[in-house]
Amino acid sequence: MTALLELEDVEARYGPVHVLHGISLAVEEGSVVTVLGPNGAGKTTTLRAVSGTVRRSGRIRLGGRPIDRLGPASVAHLGVAHVPEGRGTFSELTVWENLRLGAYSRRGSIQPELERVFSYFPWLSERRRQQAGTLSGGEQQMLALARAFVHRPRLLLLDEPSLGLAPVLVAELFRIVRELNEQEGLTVLVVEQNAHLALQAADAGYVLEAGRVALSGTSDELRADDSVRRSYLGY
Amino acid sequence: MKARIPALASLAAVAALLCVLPFTLSDYNVSLVAQVGIFFVAVLGLNILTGYTGQISIGHGAFMAIGGYTTAVMSRDHNTNLVVTMVMAFAICFVVGLLLGLPALRLSGAYLALATFALAVSVPLLPLQWSKFLGGRDGVQTAKTVSNVWLYGAAWAVSAILFVLAWLILRGRVGRAFRAVRDSEIAAVASGIELPVYKTLAFGISAAYAGVAGSLFVLATNGFAAPDEFGIVLSLKILIGAAAAGLGTLWGVLVGAAFIALLPTVSSSVPVIGSSHGQDVVFGAAVILVMLLLPGGFAGLLTQLRRLKRA
Amino acid sequence: MASAATSRLEGLRDRGAALGGVVQPVSLLLVAAAAGLIVGSLRSAIFAQLTVQGLALGAVYGSLALALVLVYRATHVVNFAQGELAMATTYVAYQLIKWGLSYWEAFFATLAIAFVVGAVLEVVLIRPVLHRSVIAAVIVTVGLFILIDGLVNWVWGGDFKFMPSPFGTKIYHVGGVSIARLYPGMFVVVIVSVLLVWALFRFTKLGLGMRAAALRPAESALVGVRVEWMLAIGWGLAAVLGAVAGLVAEPSQFVLQPTLMQPILVYAFAAAVLGGLESPAGAVVGGLAIGISLNLVVQYVPAITTELQTPLAFAVLLVVLLLKPSGLFGHREVRRV
Repeated sequence: MTALLELEDVEARYGPVHVLHGISLAVEEGSVVTVLGPNGAGKTTTLRAVSGTVRRSGRIRLGGRPIDRLGPASVAHLGVAHVPEGRGTFSELTVWENLRLGAYSRRGSIQPELERVFSYFPWLSERRRQQAGTLSGGEQQMLALARAFVHRPRLLLLDEPSLGLAPVLVAELFRIVRELNEQEGLTVLVVEQNAHLALQAADAGYVLEAGRVALSGTSDELRADDSVRRSYLGY
Repeated sequence: MKARIPALASLAAVAALLCVLPFTLSDYNVSLVAQVGIFFVAVLGLNILTGYTGQISIGHGAFMAIGGYTTAVMSRDHNTNLVVTMVMAFAICFVVGLLLGLPALRLSGAYLALATFALAVSVPLLPLQWSKFLGGRDGVQTAKTVSNVWLYGAAWAVSAILFVLAWLILRGRVGRAFRAVRDSEIAAVASGIELPVYKTLAFGISAAYAGVAGSLFVLATNGFAAPDEFGIVLSLKILIGAAAAGLGTLWGVLVGAAFIALLPTVSSSVPVIGSSHGQDVVFGAAVILVMLLLPGGFAGLLTQLRRLKRA
Repeated sequence: MASAATSRLEGLRDRGAALGGVVQPVSLLLVAAAAGLIVGSLRSAIFAQLTVQGLALGAVYGSLALALVLVYRATHVVNFAQGELAMATTYVAYQLIKWGLSYWEAFFATLAIAFVVGAVLEVVLIRPVLHRSVIAAVIVTVGLFILIDGLVNWVWGGDFKFMPSPFGTKIYHVGGVSIARLYPGMFVVVIVSVLLVWALFRFTKLGLGMRAAALRPAESALVGVRVEWMLAIGWGLAAVLGAVAGLVAEPSQFVLQPTLMQPILVYAFAAAVLGGLESPAGAVVGGLAIGISLNLVVQYVPAITTELQTPLAFAVLLVVLLLKPSGLFGHREVRRV
C-alpha cells in the first residue's frame, strides 16, 4: 500500500496565532483514517491545511504530487473533497444545484455520478428542486456528503460529521462512508469528536494535542492505549 | 504625558506656519491655502462620522449646500454679520443632521451610502424648485464679499476652533462611545451605550461641521451660492479627502484636505496635462493610487515614516 | 450555542423566503400597477405614449441597475463608476463606427471590449483593496468615476457627438397612438440582453459557479470553483450590461456627450435599492417602475416639475428604505457580533 496523502512537518497559523506546530501524518490509499484530540488541538486546521483554506508551510503531497502551494480550488480539482464543519451547504440554492456544484471540477456529463449518489440517498432524487436551506440539519449533512461523492474524490476530508446529528443518523452516515470505502476504495480522512465511533469506522488514527501529533497507530492499537481510553473513550 | 509634548509642538508649529503664511504668499496662493482650511473643516466633520462611528456618508456636499445657502440668504435678506451666519449654518446643519441621522439608524453599509448619495444629488436641485427664495439656477449673492486674507483668517480660525471642539468631544465619554459603536454595535449596546443617541449625535456634529465649511465655501466663491457649485463631485471630494486622510490624526486630515483642495489646481498648471480634463485624469488616478498604495491613508503613511525614522 | 441559534434563525429565514411570504404582496402590487397602466393606455393616447416611453427608459435604468446588483452580489461594492464605464464604452462604439464598422458590428465589438475592461478593472484595481475594506473599494470606484470622465473628455472632447440611430426614425401608429420605433427598439434590446444574462446564471455551470462564489466564497472554493475568476467575470458581465444601457440610451438622448449616463446612474441606484441591491429581478422591475412612474408623474402632477423629478425619486427611495430597510425584494441580513 502507498500513501495517498502525506503531511510532513506542516505548520499553520491564523494571523499571529500558531495552530499547527509541525504535523506529520500519512493516509494510505483506500483506508479510513481518523484524527482525534481535544478542542483547539488543530484537527480542523489539519484538514484545512490539506484543502488549502489556511496559510500553511511544510510539505503536503497527494499521490506523490506536492499540493502545499495550491489554493483550495486547485486542490479540489486534483480530487480532494472537503466537507467542512457546519456542512457548507449552499442553503440558498436547490438540492440539485448543490449536487451540481459538488461535481464542479468534473468535465462532461455528471448523470452517472448522480445516479450513483441517488442509489445511496434515494430521497435526494425526489427533493432535487427543494431549496437546500429548507432541509433539516440531518438532511443537510447527508446532502453535504452526497455533494462530496458526486465529485468522485480520491480523498474525502470529513470534519465533525456527527456534530448536531441524532445518533441514528450518525450511525447511518458512518455506515455509508464505510460502504463507499469498501466497495469503491474511497480514501477518507475524518475528524471526529466521537472517538468511539471514529475508531470503529477507521483503520488507523492520529491523536493531536496542542498542534502536534501526540500518538498514532491502528484503530486497535489506539483503542488499547490507556491514555486514549481515559481521555476519549471514557472507560 | 511625554507623548503629548511632540503632539503639542507639532500643533504649535502648524499654527505658527499658518500665521506667517499670509504675509509671504501671493494673494492667489493665500486663497488656495484658505481652500485647504475650508476642506479641512469638512473632512474633519466626515472623519468624526466615518472614522469614529463607522457610518459612511456620500452626502456631505448636501450639508455644505445647506450651510452655504444659509449664509448667502441671511446676508442677502438681512445683511447679517457673516460670522453670525456661520454660527447659524452650524446650528441649522446640526439639527438637519440629527433629523437625517434618525433614518440613517435603520440603514447600514451600502444602503446608507446610497441614501446619502441621494441626498447629495437631491439637495442642490431644491433651489431650482423654490427659485424665489433660493435664487434658482442663478444662485444667491451675499450682501458683502470678503477679501482673500479675511477668508484665510476665517477659514483657519474656524478650523482651529472646530479642531479643538472635536478633540474635546472625542477624548471623553462620547468619543469612547463612538469608538465602541464602530467596533461592534451589538457589543456597544450590550455594554449599555444608547446606540441611537450616539449614532444620531455623530451625524449631527458631522453635518454641522460640513455646514460651516459650506458657509466658507460660498464666501470663497465671491459670496455666490449656486446649485452647480454643490454638485455630487463636491460630496465625492470630501469622501475622498476623509478616506485619504485615514484615521485619527491632525496631519492625516490636513494632508487629506490639501490633497482634494490643491491637486486639481496644481495639476492644471503642469504643461502636458494642461486642460481642465487633464486635471480630472490626474485627480482620479491619484485617488486610486492613494487607495491602492496607502492602506491607512496619509495618517498611516505618516506613522510608517515615523517608524522608519526611529528604526 | 450562539452560532447554533443563529443558524437556526437563518434556516427559518430561508424557509420564509422560499415560501414567498415576503414577495407575495409585492407581486400583487405589480399586477395591480400593470393593470392600471393597461387601462390608462386604452383610455388615453398620451398616457399610452408616456407609458411606452417610460418602459423603454425604465429598461435602461433597469439594466444599469442590474449591472450594479451583479457587482454588489459578487464583491459587495457599490460601483460608482458603472455609469461612466457605460458612457466610455459608448464612445468606443462611436469611434468604431467612425472607423467604418457597421452599427451592429460596433455594438457587439463594444460589448466584448466592455467585458474585458470590466474584468481587468476588477483584477487590477478592486481586488487589491477589497480584502482591506469595502469602503476603500468604493472609493476606488469613485476615483475611477473621475478618471474615466476626465479621460473621455480629454480624448473625445466635451462637445456633442452624433451616432447613427440603430432604430431609424420610423413611427408606428397603433389606434390613435403614435410611437417612435426607437422606444420598443430600446426595450427589446435591453430585455433580450437581460434575459441572456439571466439564462447564463440560471442554466449554465459557469452561472452556477458565479452564484455560488457570490453566496459563499469559501465553500465554493472547496468544491473547485475558481472564486476570483468568477468575481472578475461578474464585473465583466456588469460592464457588458452597462454598455448595452449606454448604447441604447444614446439614441434616446439623440446626442452623445460625457454626461450621458450621470442621470441614468442616479435612477439606476434608486432602482437597485428599490429592488433590494441583491435581487437581479428586483433591479429590473425597480428600473421599469421608476421609468414609467417618473414619466407619468411629471405629466399629470402639476406640482412636480422636471426639477423635482430626481428629488422625488429619492424621496420615494428613502421612504422605501425606511419602511423596508433592505428594499422591496431583499431580505434582512442577519447581524452577528
